[in-house]
Amino acid sequence: MGGWLFDPAHWSGPTGIPVRLLEHLGYTLLTLVIAAVIAVPLGAFVGHTGKGGFVIVGLSNVLRALPTTAVLILVVLWAGLGDFPVYVALVLLAIPPIMAGTYAGIRAVDPVTVDAARGVGMRESGVLLNVEIPNALPLIFGGFRGAALQVVATATIAAYTGAGGLGRFVFDGLALQEFGQMLAGAVLVALLAVLVDLGFAGLQRLTVSPGLRPVGTGGKK
Amino acid sequence: MKRIATAVAAVMLLSACGGDPLQGGGNNNPAPTDTIVVGSANFPESTVLAEIYAQALAAKGVKISKKLNIGNRELYFKGVQDGSIDLIPEYSGVLLKHVNKEAAEVGSDEVYAALKKALPQGLIVLDKSAAEDKDAVVVTKQIAAQYSLKSIDDLVPYCKDLVFGGPPEFQNRPDGLPGLKAKYACEFKQFKSLDVGGPLTVAGLKDNTVQAADLFTTDAAIKANEFVVLEDPKNVFAAQNVLPLVNEKKASQQVRDTLNAISKKLDTKTLLDLNQKLSAPDKPEPEKVAKEWLASAGL
Amino acid sequence: MTWIFENWDRFWEVTEVHLRLSVVPVLIGFALSIPLGWWASRSQTARAVLFPLANVLFTIPSIALIVITPVLIGVKILDEINVIVPLVIYTVALMVRSVADALSAVPGNVIAAANAMGYRPLRRFLTVDFPLALPVTIAGLRVATVSNISMVSVGALVGLGGYGQLFTEGYQTDNSAKVFAGLIGTVVLAALADGLLLLIGRLLTPWARAGR
Repeated sequence: MGGWLFDPAHWSGPTGIPVRLLEHLGYTLLTLVIAAVIAVPLGAFVGHTGKGGFVIVGLSNVLRALPTTAVLILVVLWAGLGDFPVYVALVLLAIPPIMAGTYAGIRAVDPVTVDAARGVGMRESGVLLNVEIPNALPLIFGGFRGAALQVVATATIAAYTGAGGLGRFVFDGLALQEFGQMLAGAVLVALLAVLVDLGFAGLQRLTVSPGLRPVGTGGKK
Repeated sequence: MKRIATAVAAVMLLSACGGDPLQGGGNNNPAPTDTIVVGSANFPESTVLAEIYAQALAAKGVKISKKLNIGNRELYFKGVQDGSIDLIPEYSGVLLKHVNKEAAEVGSDEVYAALKKALPQGLIVLDKSAAEDKDAVVVTKQIAAQYSLKSIDDLVPYCKDLVFGGPPEFQNRPDGLPGLKAKYACEFKQFKSLDVGGPLTVAGLKDNTVQAADLFTTDAAIKANEFVVLEDPKNVFAAQNVLPLVNEKKASQQVRDTLNAISKKLDTKTLLDLNQKLSAPDKPEPEKVAKEWLASAGL
Repeated sequence: MTWIFENWDRFWEVTEVHLRLSVVPVLIGFALSIPLGWWASRSQTARAVLFPLANVLFTIPSIALIVITPVLIGVKILDEINVIVPLVIYTVALMVRSVADALSAVPGNVIAAANAMGYRPLRRFLTVDFPLALPVTIAGLRVATVSNISMVSVGALVGLGGYGQLFTEGYQTDNSAKVFAGLIGTVVLAALADGLLLLIGRLLTPWARAGR
C-alpha cells in the first residue's frame, strides 16, 4: 500500500493527494463553521434559560440517527450536484455534538458563579457571554472535537456523488479494486482527523482560561 | 495526542505489512445447495435483467435468492468466482475483456466464441441474446455541433481540451480510457470519476462539468436529453450481447432451457423499453417491470 | 411514505437485514467492551493504549473499513461478516470509554464495603460494580446502537446494506421516494432501539430513580 501512497505521481495535479487533502479539509472547516453558527446559539440559549432541554436531547438523537448517505442523496436529487448537498449532510451531522457540548457546558457552570455575576450587576447577556460561555469552553471544545472527528471521517462520502475530498481515493479504489488506493485514502483521512484534533487542542489551550484546566492528571471529568 | 499519532503509525505499519491481499483470491468452493443466487451490477438495467432471470427460474420451481445491485464487475466477478453468486446478467464484450485484457475480437459471434474459451473453469455463459447495450462516448448536442462531431475520430483533435466523465473503473479497463488512447490516440485533459451511466454522468454532461462521457447505448437519458452517441469505427467497444453468466454446477438443463428461452426473446429494443419504463415518472420497481415483461413475452 | 406501503414485502425484507446487521455488532461489541473497559478502569497502561487506539479506529471512514474488511479477513465479498466486523470495531471504540468511565465512577466506599463483606472479585464485579455502572454504560450503548443503525447503510456500496440498498437504488433511478423510505426506516428503527434500551436501563436500575 505504501507503493500507492508514496508514488510521486499521486502527489501532483488536480486529482493529486494535496488537492484532495485541501478539499477534504475545506469541507470539514466550513461545515464546522456553519454548524457552529446554528448549534452554539441554540445550545447556549437552552443552557442559559434552562428551558427546552428535552428538545436538545430529542433533536440530537434524531439527527444522530439520520443516515448521512441518504441525506446526501436526497439533497442531490432535489437540488442537483455540487458541494451544497455535501454541506447539508455534514452540517446535520456536526450539529448534535456541538449543540450538546454547548448545552452541557453551560448547565455545568457552577450556579454560585452565575449568581455572583448577577450579584455584581451583570446583565443576562453579560452573564452568558462573559461568565457562562468562558466557563463552558472546555465542554464546548469537547463538542467541537467530537464533531470534527465525525465530519472528517464522514466527508469521505462526498465522493459518492462525484464531489472531491479524500473519499475519491476510497471510492476509486473500490471501483478499481485497488487495495493500495483505498487504504491510502483511509489512512489519509485518519491522519487528517488526528491533525484537526491537534489543531483544536491547540486552540483550546490558547482560549480556555488557565483557571479551568483540570488539576492533576488522570482525574475524572 | 502523541499517543494517537503513535497508534496511527502502528496502524499504518500493520497495514503496510499486510501486502496486497487482493492478489491472493480465495478459491474455497461453496457447499452445493439447490438454491441459485442471482446477482446484479450497480445499474438499473442489470437489476431488471437479473429480476427477469430470477422470476422466470422461480416460476419453473427453481429455488432463488437475490443479491442485487452489488457493484461493478471488478467487485462482483469475485463473488461469481468464490460462489457467493451463481448467476448474473452479463455483456459479452466487456466480460471478455475482463477475463482477457488482450482480447481483440469485436464482432458479436467472434466475441461470443472467444468468451466461451476464455472463462475460468467452472463458469459458463449460456446462449447470447440479440440485445446489445454498449458503452459509448456520448456528448451533448451543443458540443457535437461546436466541434462537428459524429464519431470518436472527429473528437481526436479536441481530446486534450476536454474533460471526460465515467465510472472510476473506466480509467483502467481496456475498453475504457486505455482503449481510446491506444486505438484513437485520444487522451483527455482530465478524467472525472462519476457513476455507471447513472444520474451523476448525465448531470455532469448537462452542466458541462464533463464534455464527453461514458454512457450505455440503451440509456433512456440519451434520448431524453438529446445526447449524441459518437460512432466507434475502430471498435474500442466490442459487441455487447446480453447473456447469463452461470456457475456451471448450478446450470441444470432446466436452468439452461429457461434462461435460453429468455435470451431468445431479448433484443435491443427490449432493453430500451425496459430502461424507459424504469425511468418513467412513477418509478416502478425493477421487480414489477420484469414481471410485466415476462408476461408480455409469454414466458 | 407511500413507497413503504406499496412495496411492503421489499421494505420488510431490507428491514430484517438492516436489523440483523446492526444488532449483531452491538451485541458482540458490547460483550467485548466489558472486559476491555474493566481493564481500562483499573490500569493506566490499558487506558494509554486503548483510548487513543479507539479514537483512531473511530476516525477511519466506515466505507473504507467496510470495503477493506473482506480483503483483510479473506472472506467472500458478499458475506455479512464484512459489515459486522467494522461495526463491532466502532461499537467497541465507542463503548470502551463508556464502560471504563462508568466503572471508575463506582464510589470507593461501596467497593470497600463489598470487599469487607467478603465478596470475591468476580462476584463483586457482577453484583456490585457492574450494576452500579449500568446507567452510564447503557447511555453509551444507546449512542453506539443509534450510530450503528445509521451506519449499516454504507454497506450498500458493496451490496450489503439493509436500507442502504434503497438509497443506492433510489439514487440510480432518481427515485427520492425510495431513498426517503429508507431514511424513515432508519430513523424509526433507531428510535425504537433507543427507547427499548432506555426502558431496559430503567428496569435494571430501579434504585437510580428511587431517591429523586
